[in-house]
Amino acid sequence: MTCRLNQGGVIDRSKPLNFTFNGKPLTGYAGDTLASALLANNIHFVTRSIKLRRPRGIMGRGPEEPNALLQIGEGPSTLADQRATQVMLTEGMNARSINGWPSLEHDLLSALSLGSKLMPVGFYYKTFMGPKGWWERYEKLIRPIAGMGLTPDGPDPDLYEKRDLHCDVMIVGGGPAGLAAAASLIGTGLRVVLAHEQALWGGGLLASRTQLNGQPANAWLEETLAALHAAENIQLLPSTSVFGHYDHHFLGAIERVREQRPNAPIRERFWKIRCQRLILAAGAIERPIVLPNNDRPGIMTAFAVRESIERYAVLPGKQAVVFTNNDSAYATARCLLDAGAQVTVVDSRASAGTAAKAMLPEQTTVIYNAKVCDTTGKKRISGVTVRQTDGTFTRMDCDLLALSGGWNPSVHLHSHASGKLQWDEALATFVPQNDLAGVRAIGAMAGAFDFATALTQGSEVAREFATELGSKAGTDLSLPEVSHAEPGPSQLQPLWRVAGKGPAFVDMQNDVKATDIELALREGYRSIEHVKRYGILGFGTDQGKFGNIIGLGIVGELINKHPTEIGTTTYRPAWTPVTFGALVGPDTGELFEPIRQTPMHEWHVQAGAVFEDVGQWKRARYYPKAGEDMDAAVARECLATQKGVGVLDYSTLGKIEIHGPDAITLLERVYTNNWQKLGIGRCRYGLMLDENGMVMDDGVTARLGEQHYLMYTSTGGAARVLSWMEQWLQTEWPDLEVYLTSVTDAWGTISLAGPKSRELLESIGTDINLSTEQFPFMSLRTGAVNGVPARVQRVSFSGEMSFEVSVPANEAAELWAMVMRKGEAFGATPYGTEAMHVLRAEKGFIIVGQDTDGSISPLDLGMEGMISARKDCLGKRSLMRSELQRPDRPQWVGLRPKDPTKVLPEGAQLIEDPAAKPPVAMQGWVTSSYFAPRLGHAFALGFVNGGRARHGESLYAWDADAGVIPVEITQPVQYDPEGGRQRD
Amino acid sequence: MQNYSIFNLARHALGGHRGWKPAWREATPKPRYKVIIVGGGGHGLATAYYLAKVHGIRDVAVLEKGWIGGGNTGRNTTIVRSNYLWDASAALYEKSLQLWEGLSQDINYNVMFSQRGVLNLGHNLQDMRDIRRRVNANQLNGVDGEVLDTAGVKRLVPFINTSPDIRYPVLGASWQPRAGIARHDAVAWGYARAADSLGVDIIENCEVTGVRRDNGKVTGVETTRGVIEADRVGVVVAGHAGVLAEMAGFRLPIESHPLQALVSEPLKPILDTVVMSNAIHVYVSQSDKGELVIGAGVDSYTGYGQRGSFQTMEHFLSALIELYPIFSRLRMLRHWGGIVDTAPDASPIISSTPVDGLFFNVGWGTGGFKATPGSGWVFAHTLATGTPHEINAPFSLERFHSGALVDEHGAAAVAH
Repeated sequence: MTCRLNQGGVIDRSKPLNFTFNGKPLTGYAGDTLASALLANNIHFVTRSIKLRRPRGIMGRGPEEPNALLQIGEGPSTLADQRATQVMLTEGMNARSINGWPSLEHDLLSALSLGSKLMPVGFYYKTFMGPKGWWERYEKLIRPIAGMGLTPDGPDPDLYEKRDLHCDVMIVGGGPAGLAAAASLIGTGLRVVLAHEQALWGGGLLASRTQLNGQPANAWLEETLAALHAAENIQLLPSTSVFGHYDHHFLGAIERVREQRPNAPIRERFWKIRCQRLILAAGAIERPIVLPNNDRPGIMTAFAVRESIERYAVLPGKQAVVFTNNDSAYATARCLLDAGAQVTVVDSRASAGTAAKAMLPEQTTVIYNAKVCDTTGKKRISGVTVRQTDGTFTRMDCDLLALSGGWNPSVHLHSHASGKLQWDEALATFVPQNDLAGVRAIGAMAGAFDFATALTQGSEVAREFATELGSKAGTDLSLPEVSHAEPGPSQLQPLWRVAGKGPAFVDMQNDVKATDIELALREGYRSIEHVKRYGILGFGTDQGKFGNIIGLGIVGELINKHPTEIGTTTYRPAWTPVTFGALVGPDTGELFEPIRQTPMHEWHVQAGAVFEDVGQWKRARYYPKAGEDMDAAVARECLATQKGVGVLDYSTLGKIEIHGPDAITLLERVYTNNWQKLGIGRCRYGLMLDENGMVMDDGVTARLGEQHYLMYTSTGGAARVLSWMEQWLQTEWPDLEVYLTSVTDAWGTISLAGPKSRELLESIGTDINLSTEQFPFMSLRTGAVNGVPARVQRVSFSGEMSFEVSVPANEAAELWAMVMRKGEAFGATPYGTEAMHVLRAEKGFIIVGQDTDGSISPLDLGMEGMISARKDCLGKRSLMRSELQRPDRPQWVGLRPKDPTKVLPEGAQLIEDPAAKPPVAMQGWVTSSYFAPRLGHAFALGFVNGGRARHGESLYAWDADAGVIPVEITQPVQYDPEGGRQRD
Repeated sequence: MQNYSIFNLARHALGGHRGWKPAWREATPKPRYKVIIVGGGGHGLATAYYLAKVHGIRDVAVLEKGWIGGGNTGRNTTIVRSNYLWDASAALYEKSLQLWEGLSQDINYNVMFSQRGVLNLGHNLQDMRDIRRRVNANQLNGVDGEVLDTAGVKRLVPFINTSPDIRYPVLGASWQPRAGIARHDAVAWGYARAADSLGVDIIENCEVTGVRRDNGKVTGVETTRGVIEADRVGVVVAGHAGVLAEMAGFRLPIESHPLQALVSEPLKPILDTVVMSNAIHVYVSQSDKGELVIGAGVDSYTGYGQRGSFQTMEHFLSALIELYPIFSRLRMLRHWGGIVDTAPDASPIISSTPVDGLFFNVGWGTGGFKATPGSGWVFAHTLATGTPHEINAPFSLERFHSGALVDEHGAAAVAH
């Protein structure tokens, strides 16, 4: 049976659209929402409630809809919890209800409603407590009943986009108020953006018979939109939900691109909007009246009924009861009559306003001083009981009940930014105080329900803002003359709920009843936030757009307080739910975080390197040859370096250039050691501490000129060190004249390490004298290498003689290739981070972040010699604290497994008694552990309480998976403690 | 106290549930109490409960400036775990976890503590070293936990992206089976009800505006509802610890940052455990209502506004989709922020103060919810005896002078 009217509506009857609901093929038209298409097919009953499994129908017409949440589509493209009133129908759409098993019509779990008396609000806090530990079992039963939609079963096939948008005036809402504001700004030269949540412009005008300039509103709408489209300074964003309003006039909005362009490559676009002035014309939402059994399919708000008829040409019922406490529902009654329905109006007031009365023919049945106090029907309403103040009850049949309890301005976007609200006695609801600087709510959102006022407010605020922004007023919009206007919610007499037997639902989605609010209050949950949280009122996906103000009204009645004294709960973004994918946009997968690659990366790939992530960098970890595992490759790389020459891509080390007369002062303050006497061309190792005196980074700094230094940081620490120094310079030491520049990416660095490194570098060709006399250890020379300007440092992290050659990044790949070609004669071997770790560990060198964890001081490392007594530096005073001086602090040691072939797990703990039962006192832990091919045994580094005095003692390494391994404590340096090899 | 049980629920159902009494009385402040607790969040209410129950001190008032549980108790993502690295932290959080395990029965209020386990993912070699070190320490301390490889993670969360090609592949995780989530509001209400039944006055809408002292000793507090005297005052506030300290005339080494969280629309069960990732930086669980509860690290700037900046959230949502591509089409329902007070070592301060008789239990940073029972337990001991319980002795204010920090920042992989 179709409920589609033969004419009218803003639908395109030339474009029928096929869709299915719970597998049943149905037809709608372009311009329909999924909800209007279902109603056109006489389908009200679309879901069952979560807790009580009661049949529920479409109630609202937009974001307030609490019931009609459907699953759309299948597989990876499926969409959960879709509000049918906001989903535009498309060809082939496949929608289904979620709750209802085996089917929506026949639901076995509806037996739950029999136990509804056992399940008042908060019942779960009072039971499911025992036996101890059983909650997870109950949970297994409860979770599948709760919840709603289904998650896609694969990655999202669609694309999303993020865009920034800066404008002078942002207008939210494309109803009459917003349109008038935008139109008034045409030609002002101000950049204006107008966003509208729906696909069609016009808001309330689309469901109204109001005439503008003596014509149907449509004419004015088309004319205004044409002017706006033509205006160069106006950007229109239809199908765009502004979901949040944040500090400093920042707004988030989601554009559903395919509502306007079905084949667009982008599904949704996230707009990040920053504006100077903000006009909020977000409209209002009609609220129902709570009454017993108010949740049956076929019960809708009056405006949803009116819009159904006027905009979608769908008559949602033939025998209607309209129950109201204000004048606005009379227009609905008139629409119903005109569409051929029988109508009875039940009005809780003694009389309606004149304009409202004038809406209806005289013979219409209007029962004043009356309330609908119950309904009947199972899967569709079949009748109501009306109670009059004189005590008489009338039972009448109906297939539609239209409710109007007043209107709530959609104050959310005002409230997100902490805008205050005030109670409007005439409307019995909260309206914005308009207390936010540069922000103005207008139209229905500000409580102005007649179009004439809305239009005037739009035009006035536009002109006011334009003047403030220094623009000469543009078009002096001649406001259209308004006639045949429907009455607004005037002469409203607050009515929150009708008493009576039977469950009266305040929040449909969570099955919250009026009695639940009473119970919450009775149990001492007095604050409105407690009522909300205990009563889960407004926690549904509609976020209480229907129920919250009603709930507040009911609480007020029960505790005899004015709503202003009670206040509202916090309005939190999002106004309507926002797709995660849209907020993420392209910033996932490869673009989640930039992958940093060195200039030689491609060579490593070609050489078959295995990579590891170090910070954002991809670093070659080792270069396995055919048949080699990691251990074999690393052993080969280590030995080649120690006996001949190894080549390491060192480009990832952080590099910060420091310029300025106070550069040395900065170094003195951030490093523990002495920098005064460092000559030009010399390098020095430095330790950097945090405020607690703990090691935060280390590295070599070279002096390049009188006031010019080059600081190396760890690979992962580069950004942290730079911002650390900037923070001190900008907040505490603004008097220092010093400038920091990150040059990490500007240079590619190749480290040649091993006894043959000098020969190899010479063979490549350089004008730098490489002799130890001319170029001693811990110095830097600039010159040409292979004809390319280079900085060469003699420092060593491998313990071997090494030359670190830095060339401009764009020259580095070529130089690397040349090094490898020329290196063949020397047996040059590329080595990765794993071999680098082994080489440095033999020398007892720390890696910040692996060996230290933010709780290790230089004293713990045995590096007290690095702390200058002459000066102060960051963290130094913390080192003076008694606890940091204790001899039993964890101290840096070497560890030798008793079985020389056993490599300890990194992260093993060290204990004294392997037989002890927990809690077991821990003596320390293992931070680095390797097999040293040159030494022929395994070794490790780590920390042991008071370890420096315990060399030679035995402990046990303990690991959850590897078990217990006996070890001996040694000094940290395993090889060449004098460091002769690196100096040669 | 009316007993909560299925039988009583059935009995009251016959009377239309009209027979239920308030969970806690609407108390009016008396002029004087033995102990005043400032702050009606979970920690403060738990403290009051254990003061009355364990130490027999019932002349206690809990002062709350708004509604109980309205601060971080009602804003957090409800993760409970005890797999901390250092002995001092492990002892504190494990005591707490043990109390969680019997809490619903103890206070006769279902706090829905769901021991569904927590995964802490590792995404690089260093993460895995840290995880191994922490799990080893946990086991030696008698705290459950194990190291899982990628396949082990996949078994628990089949749809997590374990492709080696993602930006930061999942290399493994630590897994604490006894960890889980709980119903945050219920913790505040349950403790309030249990404390109230033992005689504690819970006084809402009562903001402390000053701390009264005489000769270096606390004598009471000034409030928006008048002066209230007390022998001892325990301050258990989050977000404003520094403000309260200033009222008492000293300063705390604390920074206050916004911390944000959000929930999705409700879904049928999809995620049966809690998954945290420090390197990619997002954590997620699914509430019993079906919402995905999602959070990450603090906003980097300090502030008292209970909002964060949007780009922080954008980044942790990117992390979410990176790890869980199937969540891309789901939708964010609601997002919010709280203010977290963080000490230099990211561990709490549960301590005496320079003012005699005034004790602070603050600085829980991003991870206070899980500690609620244990925090209350040890702070009740501290308030009752004037000296710390052995578990909170390491968490003194004095440690910032001595340097005996309990640094879980760098060491514990995750601070939440």
